[in-house]
Amino acid sequence: MYSEKVMDHFNNPRNVGEIENPSGVGTVGNAKCGDIMRMYFDIDDKGIIRDVKFKTFGCGAAVATSSMATELVKGKTVKEALEVTNKAVMEALDGLPPVKVHCSLLAEEAIHAALWDYAKKNDIVIEGLEEPVNDIAEKVEEEEY
Amino acid sequence: MKKLIYLDNAATTQVSEEVLNAMLPFFRQTYSNPSAVYSFAGEGKKAVDDARKQAAELIGAKTEEIYFTGGGSESDNWALKATAEAYSSKGKHIITSKIEHHAILHTCEYLEKHGFEITYLDVDEEGKISLNELEAAIRPDTILISIMMANNEIGTIEPITEIGRIAHENDVLFHTDAVQAYGHIPINVDDMNIDMLSASGHKFNGPKGIGILYIRKGVKIRSFIHGGAQERNRRAGTSNVPGIVGFGKAAQIAVETMKDRTEKEINIRDHLIERVLTEIPYVRLNGHRTDRLPNNVNFCFRFIEGESLLILLDQLGVCASSGSACTSGALDPSHVLLAIGLPHEIAHGSLRITLSEETTLKDIDFVADELKNIVERLRHMSPLYEDFVKNQK
Repeated sequence: MYSEKVMDHFNNPRNVGEIENPSGVGTVGNAKCGDIMRMYFDIDDKGIIRDVKFKTFGCGAAVATSSMATELVKGKTVKEALEVTNKAVMEALDGLPPVKVHCSLLAEEAIHAALWDYAKKNDIVIEGLEEPVNDIAEKVEEEEY
Repeated sequence: MKKLIYLDNAATTQVSEEVLNAMLPFFRQTYSNPSAVYSFAGEGKKAVDDARKQAAELIGAKTEEIYFTGGGSESDNWALKATAEAYSSKGKHIITSKIEHHAILHTCEYLEKHGFEITYLDVDEEGKISLNELEAAIRPDTILISIMMANNEIGTIEPITEIGRIAHENDVLFHTDAVQAYGHIPINVDDMNIDMLSASGHKFNGPKGIGILYIRKGVKIRSFIHGGAQERNRRAGTSNVPGIVGFGKAAQIAVETMKDRTEKEINIRDHLIERVLTEIPYVRLNGHRTDRLPNNVNFCFRFIEGESLLILLDQLGVCASSGSACTSGALDPSHVLLAIGLPHEIAHGSLRITLSEETTLKDIDFVADELKNIVERLRHMSPLYEDFVKNQK
């Protein structure tokens, strides 16, 4: 059901852990739907993301998307990190099953949440960054027969 | 290749060799339609009759009270929809429970759209309905009580004899979905006052696509699948002779082996429960400790999610299942785990292990050992566990 890349990131997740005194930390998702992601950023004075760590409670796709998202933002500037979309995460993982697309949205949201925290702590405005919702609204489409 | 340890026997079982051998002649040698007149049809007809007898004996029923269907879901649909239709002049109220299989729950939802009123009984934290609540729910217009014999996820066995007694004292029909129980625990439809009972072949080493509905003589429900006159005019469609033969053979073997088989399963089941509960922290056993199916174990591991657990077990060759949302394609975790009062985040971390006669103590020790590693590994990357540990300091 999952691509080899997804399985690789699930089995060997990159950047698992915590950062003490992070420049920014964000937690998104909810336990109700079964996925929670937390991302820690260490950002230097030049606005470059020096280190990223994550922790995730969730399915194989949730672990893999958060792992991939940390790889994609590491070493990037804040502005570049903002451009890491859920689509980019999915493409980097060679795709996700349709029911797991929301996991990649959660990963994008986790990046935004960590950046939002960083902006708040430093009293700066990051252009194009909106306050993240920590609860991805999901809708199940029910088919009527 | 790594050894396959199949521990998802509540989902389906392997057709036993004896069952397969009993079925095989009915594909190429005795392939006749048993409804035909010529003597070539006789052997098939006899085989169907024998199988019906075997299926009846397992539950203490009369042979003519067994109707072969396409499986458990069809049997459940038939029992509920046909009872609703046949008894609607008496009333339009049905009582069931919140932990039934979807074959019951979704059929009830369908009936609700067609003017029936359904009471969904709560269950306690071990998954049992309350007999007092059942009695209180019965109304003059109640036509049917449908309560499962044993739950497919948490293995809890319901107080069927008492439910049957209450149903009969109140002149209400009683149907039980015994898909998980048939062949696994002793059943007697007379002692238990059961009017209708659903069972499915592939849950006890029989083939898929074959089930039964037991209908007590005198229960006036009509055909659900219309067409030919098979199954005493109550279930049309050319008899699935190999399937029926397989069902009968599996039922016969299940009767003969039940005592020894379930004793062995209970030993292994209890060993696994004991080890996991003592060796892994923050885990709970779901379902009743003793009133549970001999082959069912269901845990919730806090702070981790079920699908991740299943993938890691799969990589070790272990097949199990979970009630987490991710594994079902739905967003909510299992309705059964929510009904026993578990919060969502705990319900997402469930693991169901269902044994077979083939499961060995060695297999189970391997699983218990590996579970310790897997749970630790997943907790290490869980933000819920991180918060829990920080809050404890």
